[in-house]
Amino acid sequence: MSTPLKFYQVGSFAVGNRLLAEGQLSEQSHPDRTNSLTSGHRACQGCGEALGARYALDAAMAATDGKIVAVNATGCLEVFSTPYPETSWRLPWLHSLFGNAAAVATGVAAALRAQGKSDIRVIAQGGDGGTVDIGFGPLSGMFERNDDVLYICYDNEAYMNTGVQRSGATPPAARTNTTHAVGTNPGASFTQGKNLPVIAMAHGIPYVATATVADLHDLEAKVKKAMTYRGARYLHILVPCPLGWGSRSEETIQLARMATECGLFPVFEAEYGEVITTKKIRRQVPVEKYLKPQKRFAHLFGTNGHPELLQAIQAIADKNITKYQLLEADAQEQDTSKESSRG
Amino acid sequence: MLKQIEGSRAVAETIAACRPAVICAYPISPQTHIVEALDEIVRMGQIDDCEFVNVESEFSAMSVAIGASATGARAYTATASQGLLFMVEPVYNASGLGLPIVMTLANRAIGAPINIWNDHSDAMSQRDSGWIQLYAQDNQSAADLHILAFRLAEEISLPVMVCMDGFILTHAMEEIDIVDRDLVDKFLPPFVPRQVLDPADPVSIGAMVGPEAFTEVRYLAHVKQLQALELLPKLSKEFEEIFGRRAAGEHDADGLITKYFTDDAEIVLVALGSVLGTIKDVVDELRATGQKVGALGITSFRPFPLDAVHDALVDAKKVVVVERAFAPGIGGIVSSNIRTAITNIPCQIFTAVSGLGGRPITRELIRKIFASTVAGTMPALTFTDLNYDLIDREIERTNQNRRSGPMAENLLKDLGAK
Repeated sequence: MSTPLKFYQVGSFAVGNRLLAEGQLSEQSHPDRTNSLTSGHRACQGCGEALGARYALDAAMAATDGKIVAVNATGCLEVFSTPYPETSWRLPWLHSLFGNAAAVATGVAAALRAQGKSDIRVIAQGGDGGTVDIGFGPLSGMFERNDDVLYICYDNEAYMNTGVQRSGATPPAARTNTTHAVGTNPGASFTQGKNLPVIAMAHGIPYVATATVADLHDLEAKVKKAMTYRGARYLHILVPCPLGWGSRSEETIQLARMATECGLFPVFEAEYGEVITTKKIRRQVPVEKYLKPQKRFAHLFGTNGHPELLQAIQAIADKNITKYQLLEADAQEQDTSKESSRG
Repeated sequence: MLKQIEGSRAVAETIAACRPAVICAYPISPQTHIVEALDEIVRMGQIDDCEFVNVESEFSAMSVAIGASATGARAYTATASQGLLFMVEPVYNASGLGLPIVMTLANRAIGAPINIWNDHSDAMSQRDSGWIQLYAQDNQSAADLHILAFRLAEEISLPVMVCMDGFILTHAMEEIDIVDRDLVDKFLPPFVPRQVLDPADPVSIGAMVGPEAFTEVRYLAHVKQLQALELLPKLSKEFEEIFGRRAAGEHDADGLITKYFTDDAEIVLVALGSVLGTIKDVVDELRATGQKVGALGITSFRPFPLDAVHDALVDAKKVVVVERAFAPGIGGIVSSNIRTAITNIPCQIFTAVSGLGGRPITRELIRKIFASTVAGTMPALTFTDLNYDLIDREIERTNQNRRSGPMAENLLKDLGAK
């Protein structure tokens, strides 16, 4: 293709599949997509995790000719997908415990290796609680051993399945049911945070990437790319949660996009511990614009608001923008060349 | 082939003969020699198509075994003590999912106070986990029970824990017959999983089950244990036909229990594991003087062989359960199970908590237990060889001083000062 593709031809930022050649269509636009997580599940309206899981697994299925085994941590995704006696999974799927998805996946991978079935690939998946908190030890072990597993974290920034409590991935100032929006420092505290993509990179594993449900092509490309490596890989997908974030169901995609466009959620990929691409911000927005539609940040706004906290959050975004060079001018070129080499 | 060999090495070589596909290893005494040996065996290429995974915790050891087993691989791991406690959540998960994992438990005390030596506190903590629990009385049976364990596990799709006394067995050098792999192949066919993660035929495993079926799923776990009760005697017989000896060791009755002069015994000592050898020696001594005493060993603690235990104790007048663990606040654990088996037998039952944290159970101690039982001075619950002076002094300290300090350290200081 001689003209670089830009996936924002229309004002809505819609992907514009109609305009693309066959080989460049998203997996989701294919009528014969796997629907790995098929309809009928019990996720909330506007659930980012349900979207993220289907996008990611369908892309993985397409990349491996349908040879995927999925291991799931306990959490929303597990609960809403398998209400007894039904299941939404159209691939082999195993749920064991909250904190052991990475280790179970290691076991699946070891068994497949022993059986000489190198064509079958393993994906472990969990929410941020199952990944950055309770499942962190096994995940780090899986990284360290470089087991042949793609671990996908669907990050909605709190324990949503148990009713919205703070996790190690909850952003500063966010209101949860264990970080109430009262007192002098309302919401989650400003801590060092637990940046798992960076921690994953520190393990030096072959591939680490972040993505959001707002950019389908980018997400699919990263999953497909992840499947070209052997060894431990980590994909961290931001998935807004209308229930926990206090946002409107129809705003899920928009919020995910703004998380990136304000700099709070840098989208990048890394190989063997080094960042290789970053998704540049196209139209930068102040963090306020991202935070305001979310009720979990409502206490920051209005007459009794906390402008100083908003400032501190903006500082985090600014730091990300500098660190990952999110505003570089040649941004789009790099981004689109990646897109067009995707398929 | 007969070898003068350490118990752990014998178990490792027997495991190798069972052709596991995935072995998960995490070090903890006194189990460590087993996985050390297996690493060497796997690296030497002595097990075809076997993956040895060094995990970062026991929690992951069992989790890796779960993933491997659900993918149709014969999975094995070994642990002890704190390690077993650290993996409790996946231990329950493995049995709940019905995955035929085999695990060696090198029995060791549970802290605090930290103690690396033998007792049965670790195994007893998991008696209700849904795993089958087999107890070895010597190193030959420790090795052999693993072969039986794989076969049993895979036939009924439940995990099996083979319990062997830490140090007493794991570190003891004995002459052991290391089995011929061809014979093992005759007894143990390749693993055919009941459920498997297979892209060609996708299934969901581990879904949530609500009140509408949870009781039924749990009841089936009980049914499977009862099936094991039926199956163990049959498999033991088959094992004997192939290997020429009983998997559960000398004097094994039916794969479930070991009977030693129980038929006409008025006093029977009941025990699990290696202490049975000491008890049998003392039974021999006392029989030589005409005393009607006997010993009953429990090989299969889960499932618990109620009928077999009942029949073995039906003519006993007094039953003493020698236990290497206890339930604080009530007493004997094995005793409670024995009591369930003998409710309609008019005999007295006593609990002798012995050998905690590596304290030796000597022949002298067993003689004393028999003697006080004969004399009628045996309390319903006793802690044998207890240093009452030491305890009294600590109780006195705690009565005199609110900030009496750490209990275990007080006792050690007290002992050191003596």
